[in-house]
Amino acid sequence: MTERKPIADGLFTWPSDNPALLGSRCRQCKIAEFPCKASCPACGSEEVAVEELPRRGKLWTWTIQGFMPKSPYNSGETVDTFTPYGVGYIELPGAVCVESRLVENTTRDLAIGMDMELVIETFRYDDVGNEIVTFAFKAVN
Amino acid sequence: MDVAIVGIGIHPFGRTPERSGLQQGAFAARLALKDAGVEWRDMQFGFGGSASAGSADALVNELGLTGMPFINVANGCATGGSALLSAYNAIKSGEYDIGIVVGFDKHDRGAFNADPRQMGIGAWYGETGLMLTTQFFAMKIQRYMHAFNISAGTLAKVASKAFSNGAKNPNAWRREEISEEEILTSTMISDPLTKFMFCAPGEGGVALVICRADQARRYTDRPVYLKGAALRSRRYGSFEVFAPSQALQQVDGPTVDTSRAAFDMAGVGPRDIDVLQLQDTESGAEVMHMAENGFCEHGEQEALIQAGETAIGGKLPVNTDGGCLASGEPIGATGLRQVYETCLQLRGDAGPRQVPNNPKLGYTHVYGAPGISAVTILQR
Repeated sequence: MTERKPIADGLFTWPSDNPALLGSRCRQCKIAEFPCKASCPACGSEEVAVEELPRRGKLWTWTIQGFMPKSPYNSGETVDTFTPYGVGYIELPGAVCVESRLVENTTRDLAIGMDMELVIETFRYDDVGNEIVTFAFKAVN
Repeated sequence: MDVAIVGIGIHPFGRTPERSGLQQGAFAARLALKDAGVEWRDMQFGFGGSASAGSADALVNELGLTGMPFINVANGCATGGSALLSAYNAIKSGEYDIGIVVGFDKHDRGAFNADPRQMGIGAWYGETGLMLTTQFFAMKIQRYMHAFNISAGTLAKVASKAFSNGAKNPNAWRREEISEEEILTSTMISDPLTKFMFCAPGEGGVALVICRADQARRYTDRPVYLKGAALRSRRYGSFEVFAPSQALQQVDGPTVDTSRAAFDMAGVGPRDIDVLQLQDTESGAEVMHMAENGFCEHGEQEALIQAGETAIGGKLPVNTDGGCLASGEPIGATGLRQVYETCLQLRGDAGPRQVPNNPKLGYTHVYGAPGISAVTILQR
């Protein structure tokens, strides 16, 4: 039996009815980081704790990936089936700016400052048919 | 102890199937030695770097096994600048009188494909298509254009100027002018950057012979003095490549810190500089680096570039040899190519791309992943 599996453990709560990205926050300087790290990127302290990051934020910047990346990109696509995808940083209030694939992938659908929310979407299928899921952000209508 | 550049050599950039990267480095080194009128055995030390073309210290096999200390340098796209800074410090310490700096490379076609694990990031980051330098540059200039009203037309003008300067440079890879219209309408790689707004990984080699300033006239009647040389890495809060997340509060990038340190060391300011080479991995980088290096305020680039002030005849000539856009990017050689070009300009040897009015002070800036900048200030 096949299942839905996250592309990596520890990136987001899973399985979950309401998934959230998981970040680490420094107890010394209060800086948050994604994904979780064993030490703080600002001060180097190892006193960090895991927390769920906000599910909504604002688009800080973006682009559209127009060509199919070389390996290690591994989406199951071929050059012929490749679909350009949006990429951006989403400012999560009180936490950190997170880099993410975007559901939207055309210039007219994206603008700096727009409201975005976290979704978990299918990224590819592995060789035994499991659905591999990853996180993305999509515009809030 | 002040430091002088007394010999310069370059292997033409582009594609040279008949020579390995190492051989291109050796070619440049022989020219630099000849330019200074010295022999390889006169070199008391060497610093060199290459990202993809083998160990730079293997040059001793090509040029002579003299027993000299030769140290490999690796600092991403800032490798050339880092090698020069290391050599500068070796002379400045008083330990050595004369030595050589070499950078070369030979890369495969297409964008660099980085390995996340080398940066301490999980494999998922590369698998899901987030680990591309092209994407980062696009996102950085996208935000910058939004914040400071920079137009796409200005990005095109930066690229067309690069190809125009490259057309005047026998060592450049791209030597044909390309119109702003063609640049703007070429394939969109990562919005807002089109195909012709990006440099491409390429090949080439550059070498410099440097010595104690008080001995420079032994080797040349036209020494170029290193008045400032600095290198910094990023601080927390600067927006850098290969970052799955970044700070809510942004701070200045490493270029700002490096530039200030180099100007302080040289005792001059941006207004004193007559000719400058700034890292132009893509059009947007040149725009942002003008301000980050102190040559204008954020947002002033739009008017300066549109008015042609960054062209060879302008008041702020940038990337007179065509920069990375026209020369291509052999990682190990890029920072030294900038210094080579600046030496030519200060010697008055830049031919059809010579900036007018006898330039006295030059400036070079190289930037590399994951957030390193190196700057030199050169004076004739």
